Amino acid sequence: MTVIAHKKTALSSRLEATSISIANEDKALALGVLENTPLPTTRTEAWKYTRVARLGKIAFTNQEATISSIDKYNIDSSAPTLVFVNGHFSKELSSNDLPEGISWNLLSDMNAIPATKLKLENEVFNSLNTAHLTGGVQLTIAANVIVGTPVQILHIIKGTEVISNFKVIIDAGKSSQASVVQGYFSEDGENKFCNVTSEISLAENAVLSIDKVQYEDENSFHISTEEVSQERNSLFTINTSTLNGGLVRNNLHIKVNGTNCNSVLNGVYLMKNKQHVDNHTIVDHIAAHCESHELYKGVMDDKSTAVFNGKVFVRPDAQKINAFQSNGNVLLSDNATVNSKPELEIYADDVKCSHGSTTGQLDDEAIFYLRARGLSKRSAHQLMVSAFIGEVLDMIKNENVRSYVDGLLTERFGWE
Amino acid sequence: MANYTEDELAQDLENQEYKFGFTTDIDADQAPKGLNEDIIRFISAKKDEPEWMLEHRLEAFEMWKKMEEPNWAHVKYKKPNFQDIIYYSAPKQTKKYESWDDVDPEMKETMKKLGISMEEQKRLTGTNIAVDFVMDSVSVATSFKSKLKELGIIFCSFSEAVQEHPELVRKHMGTVVPTSDNFYAALNSAVFTDGSFCYIPKGVRCPMELSTYFRINEGGTGQFERTLVIADEGSYVSYLEGCTAPQRDENQLHAAVVELIAMDNAEIKYSTVQNWYPGDKNGLGGIFNFVTKRGICGLNSKIAWTQVETGSAVTWKYPSCILKGDNSIGEFYSVAVTNNYQQADTGTKMIHLGKNTKSTIISKGISAGKSHNSYRGLVQIHKNATNSRNFSQCDSLLMTDECGAHTFPYIECKNSSSKIEHEATTSKIGEDQIFYCLQRGISEEKAISLIVNGYCKEVLNQLPMEFAVEAQKLLTISLEGSVG
Repeated sequence: MTVIAHKKTALSSRLEATSISIANEDKALALGVLENTPLPTTRTEAWKYTRVARLGKIAFTNQEATISSIDKYNIDSSAPTLVFVNGHFSKELSSNDLPEGISWNLLSDMNAIPATKLKLENEVFNSLNTAHLTGGVQLTIAANVIVGTPVQILHIIKGTEVISNFKVIIDAGKSSQASVVQGYFSEDGENKFCNVTSEISLAENAVLSIDKVQYEDENSFHISTEEVSQERNSLFTINTSTLNGGLVRNNLHIKVNGTNCNSVLNGVYLMKNKQHVDNHTIVDHIAAHCESHELYKGVMDDKSTAVFNGKVFVRPDAQKINAFQSNGNVLLSDNATVNSKPELEIYADDVKCSHGSTTGQLDDEAIFYLRARGLSKRSAHQLMVSAFIGEVLDMIKNENVRSYVDGLLTERFGWE
Repeated sequence: MANYTEDELAQDLENQEYKFGFTTDIDADQAPKGLNEDIIRFISAKKDEPEWMLEHRLEAFEMWKKMEEPNWAHVKYKKPNFQDIIYYSAPKQTKKYESWDDVDPEMKETMKKLGISMEEQKRLTGTNIAVDFVMDSVSVATSFKSKLKELGIIFCSFSEAVQEHPELVRKHMGTVVPTSDNFYAALNSAVFTDGSFCYIPKGVRCPMELSTYFRINEGGTGQFERTLVIADEGSYVSYLEGCTAPQRDENQLHAAVVELIAMDNAEIKYSTVQNWYPGDKNGLGGIFNFVTKRGICGLNSKIAWTQVETGSAVTWKYPSCILKGDNSIGEFYSVAVTNNYQQADTGTKMIHLGKNTKSTIISKGISAGKSHNSYRGLVQIHKNATNSRNFSQCDSLLMTDECGAHTFPYIECKNSSSKIEHEATTSKIGEDQIFYCLQRGISEEKAISLIVNGYCKEVLNQLPMEFAVEAQKLLTISLEGSVG
């Protein structure tokens, strides 16, 4: 036990308890978990394919840093933007006003943060985030408002052995409509750790879409947990694009509490070198007459590893559920690995649920066809890959985000 | 008929559900309850085993003591008390049967009830099934032995094999399922009492289906049998396995190990119709079926598992293939039906090690009553398994709103020239389909049986003729009264 205790201390040893006024019970519970729970190992089912032991060996600290401009990171330049560096709000780089209908509060300015919806028991990273929260923001979308322009939240991590425990809370009011763009980036330094949690709730008839772009460098760890709850007739869409990062883990947990809801989860991941990406999604259908659509696609090159674990629960009496889940992977190298685990747990009978998972390579004949028409091997590959992931990228409705992602693909993978 | 009350009718119906629920009154030779080294020595002595076998058992027992019972499967049950089980129970017999006529008439009657009347088979010419009958873990009769012997095929009980072909048993036992593989495999290795052994020599195509029939008879006993099938280079064998048990209120444990070895160019077809007592309507009693089945494939060889699972209170079973040789093929076809309070967590593992290896998984689950039916499978493509191919399809059918169907596939790929496809669906029988049948004068019960049989056809087609008929009947019985 001493070894584990040592590791655990390392993870939070140099961190002060958060100065943000989170609920006392949450704080006590989170500290307790950090005290008693070791980091998950590959023997823990949820972390079977992702090793995080390395994190326990690094003594992370909170650091303040400044960056000169956000031009590089401005995914949707038309959107009012809130910028955070290492979890701290950067007033200079942020827009002053958000569109009408959206109010925002920095968590550090709030007198009381509502009790967390995150699961803390046995969840080291959620507890770390809660007990040592660096900063974050709460967005409240007023009822009956349709917000035309998206709101952008950018988080940049910079420094060596730095940790950012960052949190986003989004409350979408009754019959509101809004979209949020989130970008996670990094600047110089080794061993950066961005530990993000989001608590998102959609009231009746609310429509909310989130476009998330993850583009931290290969010296960074990124663990993100999204806890979404949907009330009746709401529509939630999330598009996750993971294009860079050392170790990226996304936990997306959608709880569908009301009837007639629609949940759409799309993800795309392109990895190279020794990168590791892990998408864990849970769609929990508690109420009847709902639909969920999930589509995750990825391309793995070099020695990279991808993990996909999608789970659909249909609770007893949640009848008339249509839940579809699909995961596609292309391996470009013999050293790359894909582990896919699409799961269904169904406790009601009048449902239509399906999942599919494929792993393969680019079609040789198609490549030959393109090359016969004078395309270089490289551009033939690129064309095939972009067609493969295009199905997911096309789900991004915000054109600025789409073209920014295309730009990143050019930068990262040398696409023409 | 005036005295025929509703209660009696209910009782009749209940008994009708599981028609193999009788017990046979045969004197049994039992070991005392409990598990310790002495019991293992007792079993080994009873079987007159060589020293190496006893050592193997004791080694396994030591390992087992250090292991913990696994609980990752999606099933809930009261863990068996391993000290409360009789580990050795054999129909009392003092001498070996010289011929079929010597077999205890009571035993013959049992077999007749089970529909495996060897007498009849003997009389009819042109039959093509050789049966090894295992009751309470002890093999009681093997038919067609001499005919098989002419071809050099060895088909006998496991204990006979230990006596007569120790070199083969010693060489192959535990090579596919090592003793330390899992909790129940270790337990089995320590206390197994009998089972079947089969060896097909090089280049021989076994002319008949080989079949083992397992039966638990005594109360309070556990059945631990071991099957070892070795198909030498270029040979072929089709092997069938059937199981039943009497109706009892207690949960009886069945923990078997099956090892298949398909050497280069060989083919093994292994079919199971599992119909252990599933417990009554309220989930009382029934067999815990915790089985480890695995096969290993040499060059260009093929192993096909086909299973129809209708029985057992709790099933925990993953017939697997290790595709070690290049160009080898693994197949898994399964129909699992659960009703009332039954729980099944079943599936397969396909481990691709060789180049150009192929595997197919077709799994059909049907849940009725308050049962839970899970598919759990692993497809693992290793780095050197270039051009390997997998196709998996798992469909689940839900019959009532209180049952559950779950899918837990694990897909791991480390090779860029391999193709893996997996798809799963969960739904209920379409109302339009039932309506169509009703409209044509087919009763609802019949309609459901028709649709279910059609749904399972892909798997049932893989079964040998004799079994396919039985399996279809079983499906109908298992789902009786489950129209929700």
